[in-house]
Amino acid sequence: MSGKAASGGIGDRFGGVLSAPYTLIMKVLDIPMRAVQNAIGERRMPYVFLLPNFLLFGLFVFLPLILNVGYSLTGGSKLYLSERPFVGLGQYATLLDCTNHLQPSTCREDHFWRGVYNTITFVVLQVVFMVLFSLLTAVVLNMKIRGRGFFRAVYFFPVLLSPVVVALIWKWILQREGLLNGAITTLGGEKILFFVEPGWAMFWAVFVSIWAHMGFYTLILLAGLQAIPADIYEAAEMDGTKKWRAFHRLTLPLLMPNLIVVIVLSLIKGVQTFDEVFVLTGGGPGTATLLVVQYIYETAFSNQVQNFGLAGAASVMLGVVLFALTLLQLFFARKGEKPT
Amino acid sequence: MSVADFVTRRRGRRWHWTDIAAYSYLALGVVLMFGPVLWLVLSSFKTQAALLEFPPSLLPMTQEEVMVPGQGDKPLPLFKVTMDDGSVRTLAQVRRVGIQAQMVDPKDPGTVIRVPIERREPVRKFQLALENYTKPLQQFAFTRYLANSVFVTVVATLITLISNSMAAYALSIYEFRGRNAAMLAVIGTLMIPITIILVPVYMVVASLGMVNSLWAVILPGAATPTGVFLLRQYMLTLPRDLIEAARMDKASEWQIYWRIVMPLSLPALAVLAIFSIMWRWNEFLWPLAVLTKTESYTLQIGLNAFQGELQVQWHYLLAMTVVTLAPVALVFVFLQRFITTGIANTGMK
Repeated sequence: MSGKAASGGIGDRFGGVLSAPYTLIMKVLDIPMRAVQNAIGERRMPYVFLLPNFLLFGLFVFLPLILNVGYSLTGGSKLYLSERPFVGLGQYATLLDCTNHLQPSTCREDHFWRGVYNTITFVVLQVVFMVLFSLLTAVVLNMKIRGRGFFRAVYFFPVLLSPVVVALIWKWILQREGLLNGAITTLGGEKILFFVEPGWAMFWAVFVSIWAHMGFYTLILLAGLQAIPADIYEAAEMDGTKKWRAFHRLTLPLLMPNLIVVIVLSLIKGVQTFDEVFVLTGGGPGTATLLVVQYIYETAFSNQVQNFGLAGAASVMLGVVLFALTLLQLFFARKGEKPT
Repeated sequence: MSVADFVTRRRGRRWHWTDIAAYSYLALGVVLMFGPVLWLVLSSFKTQAALLEFPPSLLPMTQEEVMVPGQGDKPLPLFKVTMDDGSVRTLAQVRRVGIQAQMVDPKDPGTVIRVPIERREPVRKFQLALENYTKPLQQFAFTRYLANSVFVTVVATLITLISNSMAAYALSIYEFRGRNAAMLAVIGTLMIPITIILVPVYMVVASLGMVNSLWAVILPGAATPTGVFLLRQYMLTLPRDLIEAARMDKASEWQIYWRIVMPLSLPALAVLAIFSIMWRWNEFLWPLAVLTKTESYTLQIGLNAFQGELQVQWHYLLAMTVVTLAPVALVFVFLQRFITTGIANTGMK
């Protein structure tokens, strides 16, 4: 964060427009807050300050976390938990019921399993290429090049775009009569129906999400690269070390903590992918790009019969996977902190 | 020194092949990252007819049209036609029959000339189809979506700033029983995305009677753990004697919060505000689940609904996508440094 603010009146810190209502509201709130302070004493005031935030946390995070388990153990199509019959582990059994787990078509909830396998394919491809390209980009941006700020901004700006906008931009380019097919036919090729062929649909789903998020990971790696002191490279150069060898033996090991952050974060985000792919392909063709989160969303909200129990069970399982990945991150973070 | 040496010299250093590779990679990056957005913006200014062209033209071009007296009250498209004798004339097309086109000279509307269609070439001019932007703003529910998005973004950001800064203030300035537990709860919340509690949050919102209201979008995500974390880290660095001095002067705890700590935390608050605006403006999955009536749609949900229609009206859809993108682009241009340092400091987006 940039330099600390010097002290100063509230008037010149906040813009003039904002300062008047801010001061007014806060002064009005001071009356009840002072009364509370007189009643409970200064030492208990932090609880009052925590209250709004934790009220929201409690209502919309902690309580739902518990309720979710409740949903996964009940059946029927009623929304309120008190009206739902208890079915034990029935929902989990339904989800896991397959003659052959490697073949989604033999499963009772075949869409769930297709979602699982699609998500695995998607995440593996996405993480591998995300790391590869963001590393390459960070290394290039870390070189002595002119206009570095501009190029960094170029790679970064899609991060801020909304997933819907990203998906629409690419959908427009990739559609049957789009820019890409225009280029292909001009060069003498045949039109490709990108959203009709399952392989292509998955390819573009991965490509578009890398396009959209690469800048974020590049930034993390670039920060890591810039933290490596320049003199160790100078020393290596004096010893006659080749550039590639220096990268392999110096840069990569020193960048390892950042690389692990990138791998684990992209893994966690990848498993939760929904927006871009949903708008881009709608999960299609057929179920070729249907991901787990889309399965959960559709099972609970957009299918004709809203099956909250099944969605609950699937999201509890997703939660367990995410929790395991988070533990993995914490484990590596610990390891990274220890001096080696 | 030879000429070749001079040309390839670069600030005392010679061009290495890696430099060339690096600049080529960056150039490719510019095309690949900026190109699609530029294409979107260019396409959004094309008329419906121009959008149907294949292969598409780069710039928004439309065929010129002309009113011809005695040939109906609709303007006729203009073509350049190569005549049998090799001369080129500009003719308006009345109708097309198979591979023959019936054309007239605008100056001489009486005589119809029959021309094989491969002999004619449309007369085109550069034209921005501004109606792509103005029409949706007038006719469709698009203005409603825009207003909804602005409302959600502004109100949610204000709530986030207030509740997060209050919590951060408590967790950074005071020593109290349960502080570590509260901090742990914040970090724990950091790891629970909406994707895994979609159904129960919906139930909570439903029991509060908020389904289809914008408050259902605003409240569940308003208390961001990221914000508490970011603000707390900043407030920990504030000088304590300032706060002690205020207490000596009989300032209430609330006054210390809003008169001293808040103004001093302005840089961190600004970063959080920018983040919150981006999050809210771009949010998709949760609003999609909880908003089912068109009048409560936000921009993102509205766009998704438009693109899911049977007959996608691309000319409007593209323009609306540009409108949705514009505020983000502006924020980025002016506040890029803030955002990148914010991400570098928190490791979050």
